[in-house]
Amino acid sequence: MKTLIFRTIAPFLAALMVLFSVFVTLRGHNEPGGGFIGGLIAASAFAIHGIAAGVHSVRRTLYFRPLSLAAFGLMLAGLSGLLSILFRVPFLTGLWAFPEIFGVELALSTPMFFDIGVYFVVLGALASIALTLEE
Amino acid sequence: MAGSPSHSVDLSQAMIMAPSTPSDWLIISPIIITILAGSLMVMLRARPASHAYIATISMALVVACELLLLQNVLQNGPQSMTMGRWMPPFGISFTVDAMGALLAAISGIVALAVCIYSSLDINQTGRRLGFYPFLMLLMTGVSGSFLTGDIFNLYVWFEVMLISSFGLIILGGEKAQIDGALKYAILNLMATTLFLVATGLLYGVVGTLNMADIALKVRLLPPEAPMATIGALYFVAFAMKAAAFPVNFWLPASYHTPRIVVSAVFAGLLTKVGVYALIRTLVMILPESRDQLSDIMVVVAGATMLVGTLGALAQNDVRRILGYLVIAGIGSMLAGVAIGTGPAIMGSILYAVHSILVMTALYLALGVLIRMSGGKYKLSELGGGYKASSLLSLLFLILVFAVSGLPPFSGFWPKFVLVEAALGEGHTWLTVIILVSGLLTSIAMGRVWAHSFWRGGPIGTEDGRDAAPLTGLVGTVRARAFIPISALTVFVVLMGVMPTPFFGMAQQGSYSLLSPQAYTKAVFGEVIRQKQEHHKKRTEESEGKTMSDKKEEGNHQ
Repeated sequence: MKTLIFRTIAPFLAALMVLFSVFVTLRGHNEPGGGFIGGLIAASAFAIHGIAAGVHSVRRTLYFRPLSLAAFGLMLAGLSGLLSILFRVPFLTGLWAFPEIFGVELALSTPMFFDIGVYFVVLGALASIALTLEE
Repeated sequence: MAGSPSHSVDLSQAMIMAPSTPSDWLIISPIIITILAGSLMVMLRARPASHAYIATISMALVVACELLLLQNVLQNGPQSMTMGRWMPPFGISFTVDAMGALLAAISGIVALAVCIYSSLDINQTGRRLGFYPFLMLLMTGVSGSFLTGDIFNLYVWFEVMLISSFGLIILGGEKAQIDGALKYAILNLMATTLFLVATGLLYGVVGTLNMADIALKVRLLPPEAPMATIGALYFVAFAMKAAAFPVNFWLPASYHTPRIVVSAVFAGLLTKVGVYALIRTLVMILPESRDQLSDIMVVVAGATMLVGTLGALAQNDVRRILGYLVIAGIGSMLAGVAIGTGPAIMGSILYAVHSILVMTALYLALGVLIRMSGGKYKLSELGGGYKASSLLSLLFLILVFAVSGLPPFSGFWPKFVLVEAALGEGHTWLTVIILVSGLLTSIAMGRVWAHSFWRGGPIGTEDGRDAAPLTGLVGTVRARAFIPISALTVFVVLMGVMPTPFFGMAQQGSYSLLSPQAYTKAVFGEVIRQKQEHHKKRTEESEGKTMSDKKEEGNHQ
């Protein structure tokens, strides 16, 4: 789409949406949000960027093929469940660690990595569909 | 913050506290391995040459895990693991009994054979389009269906299976493939929708999705519960998946369109998953609904066998003939479910094992023949197979005997058991149809063998005198083609001459289906033990307290 306003705004909007999608994903453990909706937001960011700047530019920005991102997400989700084999608890059990980094307690958990996996699956699958449709 | 060390809570109220053992992990391992291998291959899309190796190695790993699991189940009874440590029925359980473990192991073996064969049949483009990742995810769905102990989870695995089978069936994107895929997709989507509707109704009635829990609660329901409706919906849904008459037409319309390895996997596994789900729901979970549906099932089973075999007789395309034989086999398995006694269910399980092995092997053997004849698949155009490869014609003949139910191969024993069970329950007509369908199958398959292998050349040539000879296979190709087919044929022969271990496994499977105490104990044993312990602790505590404390506690509750 070749309107000046849209083409000027789109990169900022896309960047903002990707940032927001990360925020929504991380927030999702205890509050509304999560990997699925985060992935949707990120995918729509890339779709907007694609409408404004062309599919080729988006593919270059993503660097990896969208389907590879989706597969990476699936693998991350699977591995986050597999981690529990080391702690002798069943598959997909939530494991938590609270390391202190610069005096701040950071809550790391396997559900978070699972959610990040979901984020990439949704992002990859939907970006793949959107880019194919825009081509 | 959940799980923060400062907020310690009594986890034993909501979670299984016993540590999981490596043997528990065997239950879930086929899913994990296939998912990880599938996603790895999608990431390595640019290097399709590595796919065959990754797929074959991970499938071999899956088979090893499934065999260990089978051994464990046969020795120690049903096994269960509930995901995320949550207490069943709230967590999603994977519960496996002898039937599930047996079918999972056999389907793994078949998929491994297909992995080896497909390094020959699937070219670089097919790999780039994702044949191996789809195959792996299909196996995720298939093993998930066999191993899960949660009926909604079963639905999810059906969807996983469906989506990857869509990908496999349109691999190549030819017009005929898309036509076949459409028929396949619409019927199967309708079936899964019915499955979902039935599951929703069932959840509304019993309030649980865990199969062991449903099996316990259904037996305590008041008589006005709509179990007949739910049972009928499940029956229709799974009959569609299994391609039973009168919803069988999608199978011959679609199974001949994809690549031959894809047809081999589909014919071996997908319909059998439908039958498995039918047995699991109607025999184990909803036995009363099965009793109500028994008469209808007898008719459906008989009609399916006849339609399958008559259809096979009428066809000229060998791939379609095999498609119809898949349907005929489904009829035999349904006959066992319709009769519903222990031996009959055992016959169904044995038949499923036999059918998975023999149908895949037949499709693969046919694939070699088509390859040698330069892409011909019509019976009228084939001929001279024996001259080109006597080994292939021998293997094919064994498979022909097996699929027709002739001794001493794998098809004989399931039919024998089914006939005996049918006669024992007074189903004379069903017995006649089982025997007649065996006869018709041997005619149809005898025709295939005689026409494509025995005679010298296709129609119009005087015993092959002026027919172009079939091309042989080069050495490197020959190994990859014949190793999987021979391995599957060895299983077919073994099941025929040494049926005792298979009988034992199938018997254990049917026993655990008809009296699921061991199955439910595998799921809830740990929960009950934990609750008793908790109760004991509480009574000990309250004995130390004064009466007024007790009263207060009572008021709180």
